Amino acid sequence: MKLPIFMDNHSTTPVDPRVLETMLPYFTEHFGNAASRNHAFGWTAEAAVEHARAQVAALIGGDGKEIVWTSGATEANNLAIKGAASFLKKQGNHLITVETEHKSVLDTCKRLQRDGYEVTYLRPAKDGIVTPEQVTAAMTDKTVVVSIMLANNEIGVVQDVNAIGAAIKAKNPKTLFHIDAVQGAGKVPFDVEKAKADLVAVTAHKMYGPKGVGALWVRRKPRVRIDPIIDGGGHERGMRSGTLAVPLIVGFGKAAELAKEEMGAEAIRLAALRDRLFRNITSRLTETYVNGSLDAAHRLPGNLNISFAFVEGESLLMALKDVAVSSGSACTSASLEPSYVLRALGVGDELAHTSIRFGIGRFNTEAEIDYVADLVVKSVERLRALSPLWEMHQDGIDINSIQWTPH
Amino acid sequence: MAYSDKVIEHYENPRNVGTFGKDEADDVGTGLVGAPACGDVMRLQIRVADGKIVDAKFKTFGCGSAIASSSLATEMIKGMTLDEAAQIRNTQIVEELNLPPVKIHCSVLAEDAIKAAIEDYKKKHQR
Repeated sequence: MKLPIFMDNHSTTPVDPRVLETMLPYFTEHFGNAASRNHAFGWTAEAAVEHARAQVAALIGGDGKEIVWTSGATEANNLAIKGAASFLKKQGNHLITVETEHKSVLDTCKRLQRDGYEVTYLRPAKDGIVTPEQVTAAMTDKTVVVSIMLANNEIGVVQDVNAIGAAIKAKNPKTLFHIDAVQGAGKVPFDVEKAKADLVAVTAHKMYGPKGVGALWVRRKPRVRIDPIIDGGGHERGMRSGTLAVPLIVGFGKAAELAKEEMGAEAIRLAALRDRLFRNITSRLTETYVNGSLDAAHRLPGNLNISFAFVEGESLLMALKDVAVSSGSACTSASLEPSYVLRALGVGDELAHTSIRFGIGRFNTEAEIDYVADLVVKSVERLRALSPLWEMHQDGIDINSIQWTPH
Repeated sequence: MAYSDKVIEHYENPRNVGTFGKDEADDVGTGLVGAPACGDVMRLQIRVADGKIVDAKFKTFGCGSAIASSSLATEMIKGMTLDEAAQIRNTQIVEELNLPPVKIHCSVLAEDAIKAAIEDYKKKHQR
């Protein structure tokens, strides 16, 4: 087995060799600017871009004409929320989102608050799920955008966006529904029509495409209008100026096509690997807690997020040095705060510090799963032997009964 | 984050891991510092004879740097008098382990653990 093992597929994914192959000619031979309307180089590039539009749109049940290329999902989320809020400012100044959203949604909303908008942040249930009733209860006649993610990047929780979309539109058809579908698109069934979505953000590098390209799907029927956040040559129907990154877009198209074709079989394989990892770990260790819904219908097939009580996450990552996974521990973040996603679920800080996220992807094998499970079990046992909290727990002492001195 | 070789060495081969008996003997001082919610808890124990630390043990819940800091602390204080051990500063641990700025709090916690253990021992012997 080749080490290190990459099991952090929510952070990014390797480019599928079939994707890379389709991209290569567009760096050298077909290097034209897709906006060059008067020569063959431009026409070739434009045709490739249009083909990719159709491929990406098909993955989410949309039309190619509705795709706006961006630099990634962070830009797509910014464009969707800021662009819609700006265009609709006469209609209202209220937005709704969820505490467990990605920072590119949360921080965009915080900026809008500084600019005078009002934002409601919904708190999900303990399993990470937000209900349609929660959303509609927060809606007012001033609500212009509701932004909810399809699947969460830390805990893999898949929201019931179809029910949420239906509820939003039943209450107020003029309120726009934006979905950050970055983690879910290509992993679980998703259709913009079924979700009654108006705006949808996706990105290539989470589905075995290249980094540096994303897209915002913007509904055409009925037409959804947003203000651009980048001004310039008026590309992408005025919504996003800037020369298109043709090779990356071609790669995104191919990656989306492969995801659409292979999603069904891949989801079954990934869920089996995930369940195997879960069994191999939890059957041999006590005091482990899964974060996020355990219901298969509400979880990404490749996601497992476990708290290993009494073992700090970063020290566990250090033991797993041949395995790339991530942790919700404060020590691994720039902010020195434990995961805000776990906090929103009501997971205590002491357990948030012990969480590990496994992201299983297309190129992981059963042998890798078994290797990782064995290493995790061995490492947790070793670190628990080093942990004063584990010793107290073994002695029947409730660690919450101790007067700790936070520092 | 890249760890220094010394942190990795202590993390992989921690010195003096353990606990001195459940019924704390008179010659043992225990320091328990940190908080689970903050992601690190250190328990450092000293065994004292004739004013000297003759043995030390630790257990730590925390990142690799916290484990290494407490492991190193037990090594440093063994053989010292209580007064000498009380003089140890976190900066010595930072230097020895090459800790980056974001990990300095681990060394502070180790210094606090030493002080707390000494205090606990002294408290027992005031009576």
